[in-house]
Amino acid sequence: MSEDVSEHEPSRTKVPMPIATLSDPHLGDAAKNPARTESLIALILLVGIVMIAGFGAAYWQNWNPWIIGGTMGAGLFLLGFGLTAWGKYLMPQGPFVEERHVLASSPEERDSMAAALVERSAVVVKRRKLLGGLFALGSGIFGIVAIFPLLRSLGPVPGTSLDRTQWRKGSVLVDSNGRTVNAGTLVVGGIMTVFPKGLQNTPEGQAIDQTVLVRVQSTDLVTAKGRETWAPKGYVAYSKVCTHLGCPVGLYEQQLELLVCPCHQSMFNVRNGAIPQFGPAPRPLPQLPLHFDDEGNLAAQAGFDQAVGPGFFERTTTKENGT
Amino acid sequence: MSETLPTAKSKRQALGPYGRVGKVVGELDDRLGVAKGGRVFLDKIFPDHWSFMLGEIALYSFVVLIATGVFLALYFVPSTNQIIYHGTYVPLRGQPVSEAYGSTVNISFGVRGGLLVRQMHHWAADIFVGSIVVHMARVFFTGAFRKPRELNWTIGTLMLILAVLEGFIGYSLPDDLISGTGLRIGYSIAESIPFVGSYLVSFLWGGTFPGNVIIKRFYLIHVFIIPLVLFGLLAAHLGLLVRQKHTQFKGEGRTETNVVGSPMFPTFMAKTTGFLFMVAGVTALLGAFAQINPIWQFGSYNPSKISYAVQPDWYMGWLDGALRIMPSWEFAGWGHTVPLEVFLPAVIFPGLIFNIAFIWPAFERRWTGDNELHNLLDRPRDRPKRTAAGAAMLALLFTLFAASSTDVLANYFHVSLNEVLWAFRILTIVVPVIVGFVTYGICREMQGVQGIGKRKRAVVVHRSAQGEYSTVTAAPRPGDAREELDPEPVPVRIDIAPLSAASPSASGESSPTGSRQVSR
Repeated sequence: MSEDVSEHEPSRTKVPMPIATLSDPHLGDAAKNPARTESLIALILLVGIVMIAGFGAAYWQNWNPWIIGGTMGAGLFLLGFGLTAWGKYLMPQGPFVEERHVLASSPEERDSMAAALVERSAVVVKRRKLLGGLFALGSGIFGIVAIFPLLRSLGPVPGTSLDRTQWRKGSVLVDSNGRTVNAGTLVVGGIMTVFPKGLQNTPEGQAIDQTVLVRVQSTDLVTAKGRETWAPKGYVAYSKVCTHLGCPVGLYEQQLELLVCPCHQSMFNVRNGAIPQFGPAPRPLPQLPLHFDDEGNLAAQAGFDQAVGPGFFERTTTKENGT
Repeated sequence: MSETLPTAKSKRQALGPYGRVGKVVGELDDRLGVAKGGRVFLDKIFPDHWSFMLGEIALYSFVVLIATGVFLALYFVPSTNQIIYHGTYVPLRGQPVSEAYGSTVNISFGVRGGLLVRQMHHWAADIFVGSIVVHMARVFFTGAFRKPRELNWTIGTLMLILAVLEGFIGYSLPDDLISGTGLRIGYSIAESIPFVGSYLVSFLWGGTFPGNVIIKRFYLIHVFIIPLVLFGLLAAHLGLLVRQKHTQFKGEGRTETNVVGSPMFPTFMAKTTGFLFMVAGVTALLGAFAQINPIWQFGSYNPSKISYAVQPDWYMGWLDGALRIMPSWEFAGWGHTVPLEVFLPAVIFPGLIFNIAFIWPAFERRWTGDNELHNLLDRPRDRPKRTAAGAAMLALLFTLFAASSTDVLANYFHVSLNEVLWAFRILTIVVPVIVGFVTYGICREMQGVQGIGKRKRAVVVHRSAQGEYSTVTAAPRPGDAREELDPEPVPVRIDIAPLSAASPSASGESSPTGSRQVSR
């Protein structure tokens, strides 16, 4: 009954399948005992089926995630392991050989394609340079028209938005719950995060205007020229946006009086204008000039005198352009 | 027989020797002409080597990513609108959270199997990028990227870049405190690019950070655009693999013009389908038993809050390390600022690394003057310079990866952060150089060893009458004689029928072309 089968024109050769013999030293024990291997694989698959069924039950009953996942994972793994073992031990391994076909075409075919490209473009395309040029021009314009308004309408042109914060002259400092700060709020060595009043719950207020307020011994403060009045009673305020990559400078090393950015460990000297003392940050944290207003609350004398946060191309290097 | 009533048997015979399958093949072939190519496809030979399955891990973790990603997309809300959390996770109740964060917590605790699928998705992403990197290293060290496969190397490198981007963007979607901080860093990196940086971030974020569109836009990129491109590149990657056929290591009967291995159907199909299930199974087990990214512990993103000692997903570590060890060299002048301390390590450096990967095949072709087609793989030791270059590159990336935990190392070992930082600055330069030279030396050494790569044989030590010692290789013992078989042509049929007649002799010494019973 098999003779008619072999009449079919085979794709390569009529040599009947040279699967490895039982005495083949390549075969491991598993392949030499196909019957035992088959029952072993069957067992693995059966356990896999049980696991999958368990997965169904676990999902249906909404058991713990680890039971759902454990049964599913074990089931899938065992099914896969069984199938792979079947392929590895009980299917023809060869080694079989297949010739690679040559990818390259004949020289004539190559020439013929090159000729078509060169000659047709010479004859047909280049003769109508005007048409080709117009089409290219039109496509180009469409590309620009399509891309430019699209990109442009994705967001506003930055303008001076990166230079500005919402701190203004007289902005009252509040914490994240909106409580104002007075002379007694912090003890020396204390620290808190403040925002301009009314903006403490807005994303922009939290992202851009966040400012860290530290109280230091006022006699310890090293004040730069022009900043003599900025830190009344030892209350000194710096932008909380790291000048390296914009993370909140959220750690305070109290004894060394260093503000530490947890992202890349830049350290800023609180006593000395927040100049970077360690790490990749290139600039001091901008300082917010403070004063106590008529009600005794801490408020800003003015906004920051420079852009807060990381550097960008349009950031000016002068520090005189207060907002 | 045709006179009688059609029985089941006669019906079967009327279908021809191959029954229903034959009929289906015939009908398909009438319409699509699939039989000839289909037979060639079923006979396609895949070389066997454990390292060839690294790419399969990437492929199958991509399958897992799509399956679990679809599940997650059913429940995830890509929005930064602030809501008050009222879900099942008690500690967060009554707190203001973004919808993205709230829905992710809800997937974790409110959706049946949701936490499992979320963790599977995250694990699969880490495995996806990891297996791509290891697969790429295999391709590099064995020279599989050489002509004619340079294009596939390029496609693969593109897929790695996209996979890293996709991972970073996906990691950002839950809008938790950790990923939000990562997003802020990403924003600052883009902002650092001279001339276009501030425009780029303003357009992408729809204004200044954080804005309220980025999660929505990243969601679109994450679930649609990058997967679509990845899928197209994947199809091209596999299409080229089929067209150019797989490379193989040197061995018995293996030449530049053939492929030796096991056939597509059924052997390779069984093994690879089983492997898909195993990859999915391992991912599910990891998702079930190994916690990853427990966002409910981090809280919703608040730009003024931050956590300590947090690392990004592993494949971003080398960039984080580069950012940490970079000195603070900001350029400021002529009314402009170029934050070189960010731009160089986070934009120029990765660009350089990936461009080295892109141009390597062309570079090596030019360098060696070798413009031949290569289908046989190199042993890494046989190409000491390439191997040394690759090892040095991996050493550089690994040192930077380690440098992304300077603070943790300093804390853990109670050394000063300054010392750790300076150690890494020096190690980043020194380690790759040392690794490169040592690798080169090892390769040269290995080349000189006689019988390298061959199975070890016992030797007998002889002492001559003059007292001179010499060694002679012993005769092969049964276990030693595992020489490789000569490959055979692909069989016409893998069928028990014609051979079963001869199979009783299998109990004894069977013929070389005899058969195990394979019809099961």
